[in-house]
Amino acid sequence: MASSYNAKEEDGHVPGSAGHGGAAEAKSKKPDNTAFKQQRLPAWQPILTAGTVLPAFFVIGLIFIPIGIGLFVTSNNIKEFEIDYTGVNSDSPCYSCATNASWNNTTPCLCSLNFTLSQPFESNVYMYYGLSNFYQNHRRYVKSRDDSQLYGDPNALKSPSKECEPYRMSGAQPIAPCGAIANSLFNDTLELYHIEPNGTRNLIPLVKKGIAWWTDKHVKFRNPEGNDNLTVAFQGTTKPVNWRNPVYELDPSDPENNGFINEDFIVWMRTAALPTFRKLYRIIQKKSGPTPTLPSGNYVLNIAYNYPVTSFDGRKRMILSTISWMGGKNPFLGIAYITVGSICFFLGGGFKQAALNIWSVHGILGGVELSD
Amino acid sequence: MLRRRINRLLGRDERRADSRTINVGHRTGTSNEAIIPAKFCDNRIVSAKYTVWNFLPKNLFEQFRRIANFYFLIIFLVQVIVDTPTSPVTSGIPLFFVITVTAIKQGYEDWLRHKADNEVNKYPVTVLEDGLRIRKESEKIKVGDVVEVEEDETFPCDLILLQSCRDDDTCFVTTASLDGESNHKTHYTVPDIEKDLDSLNATIECEQPQPDLYKFVGRMHLYTNNQDPAVRSLGPENLLLKGATLKNTQRIFGVAVYTGMETKMALNYQGKSQKRSAVEKSINAFLLVYLCILVSKALVCTTLKYVWQGKPGQDEPWYNEKTQKEKDTNLYLKMFTDFLSFMVLFNFIIPVSMYVTVEMQKFLGSYFITWDQDFFDPEIEEGALVNTSDLNEELGQVEYVFTDKTGTLTQNNMEFIECCIDGFQYRYQDANSEVDGPCVTDGPLNKLQQKAGREREELFLRALCLCHTVQVKESTERSQDQVDGLTDGVDGLGVDGEGIHPPQEQIGLIASSPDEVALVKGAMRYGFTFLGLESKTMKIRNRNNDVEMYELLHVLNFDPVRRRMSVIVRAKSGDTILFCKGADSSIFPRVRQEEVENIRMHVERNAKEGYRTLCVAYKCLSAEEYNQADKGLKEARLALQDREERLMAVYNQLETGMSLIGATAVEDRLQEEAAETMEALQGAGMKDAPPAKAGVTRSWSSSNQDFGFIIDGATLSMVLNPSTESNAKLYKSLFLQICQNCTAVLCCRMAPLQKAQIVKMVKNSKGSPITLSIGDGANDVSMILEAHVGIGIKGKEGRQAVRNSDYAIPKLMHLKKLLLAHGHLYYVRIAHLVQYFFYKNLCFILPQFLYQFFCGYSQQPLYGAVYLTMYNICFTSMPILAYSLLEQHICIQDLLDNATLYRVIAKNAMLRWRPFLYWTLLGVFHGLLFFFGVRFLFSNPALQDNGQVFGNWSYGTIVFTVLVLTVTLKLALDTRHWTWINHFVIWGSLAFYVFFSFLWGGTIWPFLSQQRLYFVFANMLSSVSAWLVIILLVLLSLLPEILLVVFRKTHSPNTRQLSDGRLLQTSRINQFL
Repeated sequence: MASSYNAKEEDGHVPGSAGHGGAAEAKSKKPDNTAFKQQRLPAWQPILTAGTVLPAFFVIGLIFIPIGIGLFVTSNNIKEFEIDYTGVNSDSPCYSCATNASWNNTTPCLCSLNFTLSQPFESNVYMYYGLSNFYQNHRRYVKSRDDSQLYGDPNALKSPSKECEPYRMSGAQPIAPCGAIANSLFNDTLELYHIEPNGTRNLIPLVKKGIAWWTDKHVKFRNPEGNDNLTVAFQGTTKPVNWRNPVYELDPSDPENNGFINEDFIVWMRTAALPTFRKLYRIIQKKSGPTPTLPSGNYVLNIAYNYPVTSFDGRKRMILSTISWMGGKNPFLGIAYITVGSICFFLGGGFKQAALNIWSVHGILGGVELSD
Repeated sequence: MLRRRINRLLGRDERRADSRTINVGHRTGTSNEAIIPAKFCDNRIVSAKYTVWNFLPKNLFEQFRRIANFYFLIIFLVQVIVDTPTSPVTSGIPLFFVITVTAIKQGYEDWLRHKADNEVNKYPVTVLEDGLRIRKESEKIKVGDVVEVEEDETFPCDLILLQSCRDDDTCFVTTASLDGESNHKTHYTVPDIEKDLDSLNATIECEQPQPDLYKFVGRMHLYTNNQDPAVRSLGPENLLLKGATLKNTQRIFGVAVYTGMETKMALNYQGKSQKRSAVEKSINAFLLVYLCILVSKALVCTTLKYVWQGKPGQDEPWYNEKTQKEKDTNLYLKMFTDFLSFMVLFNFIIPVSMYVTVEMQKFLGSYFITWDQDFFDPEIEEGALVNTSDLNEELGQVEYVFTDKTGTLTQNNMEFIECCIDGFQYRYQDANSEVDGPCVTDGPLNKLQQKAGREREELFLRALCLCHTVQVKESTERSQDQVDGLTDGVDGLGVDGEGIHPPQEQIGLIASSPDEVALVKGAMRYGFTFLGLESKTMKIRNRNNDVEMYELLHVLNFDPVRRRMSVIVRAKSGDTILFCKGADSSIFPRVRQEEVENIRMHVERNAKEGYRTLCVAYKCLSAEEYNQADKGLKEARLALQDREERLMAVYNQLETGMSLIGATAVEDRLQEEAAETMEALQGAGMKDAPPAKAGVTRSWSSSNQDFGFIIDGATLSMVLNPSTESNAKLYKSLFLQICQNCTAVLCCRMAPLQKAQIVKMVKNSKGSPITLSIGDGANDVSMILEAHVGIGIKGKEGRQAVRNSDYAIPKLMHLKKLLLAHGHLYYVRIAHLVQYFFYKNLCFILPQFLYQFFCGYSQQPLYGAVYLTMYNICFTSMPILAYSLLEQHICIQDLLDNATLYRVIAKNAMLRWRPFLYWTLLGVFHGLLFFFGVRFLFSNPALQDNGQVFGNWSYGTIVFTVLVLTVTLKLALDTRHWTWINHFVIWGSLAFYVFFSFLWGGTIWPFLSQQRLYFVFANMLSSVSAWLVIILLVLLSLLPEILLVVFRKTHSPNTRQLSDGRLLQTSRINQFL
């Protein structure tokens, strides 16, 4: 950068040099008279003054408060229902399952919880499972995966990355999918029944598509290529230690949701940011017609209880929630916006007044600065 | 036999300590004893540091000796060895980049040096060997070789001049490449040696190589058949230095005495000590604080990790088992590696890039000084010169200015003003008498009422004409050497180059001091013209147009300790006269006291008016006296040891009992705008101490209405070097107190070393103020080197000051802009740069630290690896670099107009602990805000309108986006001077961040083992909540600062004027204390 400016010394001769018998070699060393070199580049010189800043605060306040109110109202309008089904207490229906749950059980332990929705859930309802005190963001856990394997790379399929240790090989066979994350895939099955006032139980249809990021499902995760038959494609690999079924049997009913591109699996593989988290489990589609998706009333949650969390003092929850443009229920943003907006608003207004007072007290004509 | 040999060897070794013996032409000189030829180094110059083979190891070693580089290397090695959260690449790439760039730069510089070395070493030279002229490569010259050098060639090594083809046994050289002095210097052959060099049988005994260019002591033994050896003294006038160029002389022969790395030139290239700026010291202090923060963070995390793991089920839950290797590791080793891992995770808090950016800022920033047109001086066709860019910001911190007077404060353009002969004043009326002045043979003296006797007048004028070392430049050279500032035609007519004057009137005068030229020219005005020195005969034309001849017997050189010089001449009549001129203080005690009073009055009046005064005295020597003096001088000149002292003793003995003839007054005009510059610097709160050579300059003293303090060299030496140790401290502190309470201190008649002593004393005084020395001559070098910042003036006293300075400017008046504008801006820029860098890395790493509390202290990085690496390299580096090059928080003109603004940043104001604490707190505040803002958002990670959830990488990316936006906008808020470059770089780097994040997340990168950030950024942007939280957090982070700025302004309107007034007042009060 510097040298390029150095090169352009084209200023010609200094007037005086002509007198010295035409000493033409005396090329002027005078620095270029360019704005850059003389530090005279035209510049905008903003100065923060009360006159410019306070109105801006005022305006920010005016914008933030409505946004905050909007956010707050939206968040409040979101219906959310949460139920803990860990079964820590002995009176909980899942207590026995919780105490007995283990990876080795061949038959799932079943339990069911009754609950009541006091308000109807309109539009699409999203069903989440939530885990607490589960460190999906632990470093050893986060790195314990092989994205090449999940991308369908045949080499990585057969010889997974070292990062997957100690879930890399089972005996002599490589594990697919390898790693701690895949190994600890959440495997409770949740079913939701609506109990009509007359006592009939209606199974609520749960959609299991559209719960994972589109790009994950379609690009980042791929089954090994070469064979439509996943059983063949995964030949030579073994299932993760804690899994009951191999990866190609995650959803035998739908080949588009089987193997690595199983959405439940993909959702699990996106590690959560905090030890208490929720993950999208199913979507309950809005019914056509005026009836709400989940009318108020009694419900039964049937759980195939497989996932042990009590050993590390964890909790399991099922969450039903509607969703707005801002996502799930979270009053934080609305409150924050209202607070910041109000502060700005009052600072903008109040300071302007205070500034005016000071100026008038001092008798200094600061009106010019403040009025514009 | 053996024993004798050993003895001789030992003897030689003993001698080696102080002198070396050289056989001229390798002929063993003495018949009785064969001298063992000593081993001297060859004539190869090696200025290059590296060879092809040792470049890599040596360069790497030198680079890693820098503490910062070493730290990063350690971090990198830890990453390689220990299983750490971030891959070695993240810190390896920046380190590699820095090391490579530096290595390439140094390698290139070294390659250039190699090339230059080769050019010198392979240069063909002619050597006389056994009567044959042999062409050799320069590097093969050995000590003792007789070398032939032709006109315009440079000397290949240090030579003793044996023979010149000029009749008067002299030769001319220029030492432009050594000390920048382009005037021709005369060197003499060793007197009375045989013309036939082949049969010359001689040895030279001289001191061991030493770097002083102007000192040389040696002795030559000439052996002629079976006679006692004749001895000749050798001095610097016989020594031709390597690097100097032969001029005006067709051919010379010389014998090599010092070769290769032992030449004075080579010795001079070594050891100019590095100066470090105050800012650099602050950086290191801050670095230490951050290192402490880093270590304590790592310690806290490690401790908490093991506390946390103590709870059952946390350390190794079933879903997250350890590998066998981890299980086997010893607990304490694990703790240690955990600690290292945390260090690595948080190490970004001390960025490599800061060093790179600071270096770049300094390097590029210094170009603005070189480019500044205001520093361009059309007379010498040169602008400012930057010798080191390390001290740019120090220019904004100067508290004490030490200036040399002659040539710095003044133009060093001497003009003869008046003289005083026997107490009668002769003022030369230049305006009218210019026409008839010097040409009128009767002289202009009749215009004055009172006159001294004609006899005395002529004696005085003859003294002026004879007592000097001025050379007359031959008219043939004049055309080619016009540039030299010391040349001046008679009455300026020669400069016009008009051909109407006969050639003999176009006399150019060359002298080492312009005073002498002024005096000779002054004498010329009164009718005595110095015609030149030819083979020891000085010719002058007197008023009657007769040519008088004087034989020059001895020159008793000027030196700053004696402060006088003398010549001994023999007139045609046979009288031997000593003429002496010098400073009044050194002449008055040596003349008859009754003569003094008359003249003292004049001298004092002249000195008060600011003229440079010299007194002239003479003494007739009887033949006996002369013979004695001649012997003493010759003896002293031959001495190998303590030659200086012995000469001095003879000089002092000779220069006594003289009679005073008169005094001269020479005006040295003030530099353009010198008074204004000094006034401005005082306004800026600086104190000036011009250790001037002599006298107070009129305008200078009048510009000082405040307290001034004048001390002269003799007094000062008593202050600085008192007899008893106990007094030393007392005197020094007293002197310092006086100095510090005066706005100006004038120290006159100082030796160079005293100047440096004063600088050193002030520099080491309480509060260690930043000092600046400015000077133009060789006598200022010590002062320039001693001060924090040394400024050289590209004046008329050669280039030594410029070479040794940190910055060089053509004129004193440029100092004002250099300090008030450039220095101020550089300081503000770099101070902001440093603080900002620490701030931005603190709020970069703090969220990552906080995240450890939420991920089980597992060293999980919050940000993607690429963000960790790119943050300092790409996303946030360019705006601050542009800021630190272009910022003008106050425009240059205002800085120049209000010198008091300089005080605002005095005493490292922007890098003291308070501002540092402010920035640190700001960083902590921002870091907390970023992390917890997003933390609360993620209490429900379903942030998209399709109900899908975000994971940990989205969390980090949101924090990172807020971070990049905030730190960039924070800089934008601080920018007061938005050029298009600032706009481009600030908005450009934000745009680049977005673009890069899209690109990085947009593809599956086959070289990455984990696709962690795949589409994370795009998904983040598809979430309205993420947008809202980003806007909220950025605004909230910047809000307090905006408020603070506005609040300050609102509560103290016209801050600038008020504070200035107060500052002025307090400084006044200080002076009264």
